[in-house]
Amino acid sequence: MSAEQTRKLIVLAAIWLILLLAPYWMVPLGGYTALATRVLVLGLAAMSVNFLLGFTGVLSFGHAAYFGLGAYGAGLTLKFLAPSTPLALVAGMLLGGICGAILGTLIVRRRGVYFAMVTIAFGQVFYYIAFQWSSLTGGDDGLRGFSRQPIDFGVFNLDILSNANNFYFFVLFCFALAVAAMGFILRSPFGRTMIAIRENERRSRFLGIPVERHIWIAFTLSCFFMGFAGALYALVNNFADPRGLHYSQSGDFVMMAVMGGMRSFWGPLLGAAVFVILQDYLSSITVNWMSFVGLLFVMVVLFFPRGLLGVIGRSKA
Amino acid sequence: MNVLEISNVTKRFGNLVAVRDVSMNVAKGELRAIIGPNGAGKTTFFNLISGFFPPTSGAITFDGRDITRLATHQRVTLGMARTFQITEIFPELNVLENVRIAAEVAGGYRLRPWINASEKAHVHRRVEETLKLVSLETKADRLVGELAHGDQRAAEIAMALALKPHLLLLDEPTAGMGDQETYQITQLIRRLHRESNYTIVLIEHDMRVVFHLADRISVLDQGRLLAEGTAQEIAANETVQAAYLGNAA
Repeated sequence: MSAEQTRKLIVLAAIWLILLLAPYWMVPLGGYTALATRVLVLGLAAMSVNFLLGFTGVLSFGHAAYFGLGAYGAGLTLKFLAPSTPLALVAGMLLGGICGAILGTLIVRRRGVYFAMVTIAFGQVFYYIAFQWSSLTGGDDGLRGFSRQPIDFGVFNLDILSNANNFYFFVLFCFALAVAAMGFILRSPFGRTMIAIRENERRSRFLGIPVERHIWIAFTLSCFFMGFAGALYALVNNFADPRGLHYSQSGDFVMMAVMGGMRSFWGPLLGAAVFVILQDYLSSITVNWMSFVGLLFVMVVLFFPRGLLGVIGRSKA
Repeated sequence: MNVLEISNVTKRFGNLVAVRDVSMNVAKGELRAIIGPNGAGKTTFFNLISGFFPPTSGAITFDGRDITRLATHQRVTLGMARTFQITEIFPELNVLENVRIAAEVAGGYRLRPWINASEKAHVHRRVEETLKLVSLETKADRLVGELAHGDQRAAEIAMALALKPHLLLLDEPTAGMGDQETYQITQLIRRLHRESNYTIVLIEHDMRVVFHLADRISVLDQGRLLAEGTAQEIAANETVQAAYLGNAA
């Protein structure tokens, strides 16, 4: 094993150890377990955005739509269909992913600013649907009246509703599944074609890669991950909010990804952690917390253009 | 047998006729050079062959198959590879990764979520072979973006070769190179042609390179095919001298 590989393995082990022990070190440091859960969920969303932005090189500014769809998918399932947490997660993921797959066909021919604009436009369509369709979605008040359900393993019931630590570990398990799938895809031949498209679209085309089709697949996959993250978010809050679909939420996800380092796999998780923890801390002091987060963002972009983690090392293909 | 048959191809951009009624056949194993003054339509002609855009009229046949309306990636899948006047590579990946992507796509693995050990070995062999062919095997772990210009060119050619093409299109392979680098790339192209029997069409400005390499030369001027023949025939052709060589000398 090369020194490079050893170093990577150690970093990976450290990341998972920090995440596994989060409930035990966050509380003494003045945090609380639910905050760690939020970091995981929003981190997963930022990593999903970055799956597209950092590894395919296309910027979606409307990814909150698929996040929000995941949240409503999970919430509506729990409220109207069946009181099952796993079913809610699958439903949310499918709703986000399938809508992404359909709209993706209309988006993938655009590039750069036009791609970003079209993704915003479609995202806002979903926002207004959630906002207006009060009878189903609760409109501006959001979707209430559901809660995450204990998970029945036959021999025992895992209470994830009232026990914050149990819920954290449940979310960590879901996060690990999604992140493992992401890492697996990025290390595959298909994942390498994504990186090829990011690096040089013309060269990719002239290697025989149908670029639009590959971007569509990457977009769709990213929307499935986004829907999954959104479904988890609905479970975190026992609530789904139309503002979760709004383009300003998309902007937050992009900000987390860029701040953490969009060329590194774990960067967006760090970005989300900084964002969420700062938000939590600052919003108890001032309503203008976003000015401070914005200032930090500007500083990171100016002084660490590759993001907080980008400083440490170059991402490998 | 002809690898490439181009019949009466015309390309208009609005009022400008960039390529006007050009016909050309390239035989298997041939090295064809396309020359002509700036603005003669050489790169447009290349773009028509490789499928950047379709011709306004005319037909293009590749390995006996009509490809006039096929997309670029479909032509590549049929066995056509090209390099560009301005090198098109994956600058932030290393040499091996650049060529590996080409080899994986050529192996038909581009949509695969995983490849097994024997497929991986197959890809690896092809990458090694190709790197050896262009003499980049000692620089496999260097970032392509950090290589010297000549090596970047060689890396781009390696990516094209990893596709195992039946036809290699090289757009000004020695553009922007010093004498030493020009010599090395010329030797490489010569080896590919003489030893590995690649069919090659290249655009080139450097007449030494053209006369050294080409079996046949086609001269384009103002979008038309002015002349076609061996190096001696082209050098002796008075129309060509007037239109091109005369100006250049």
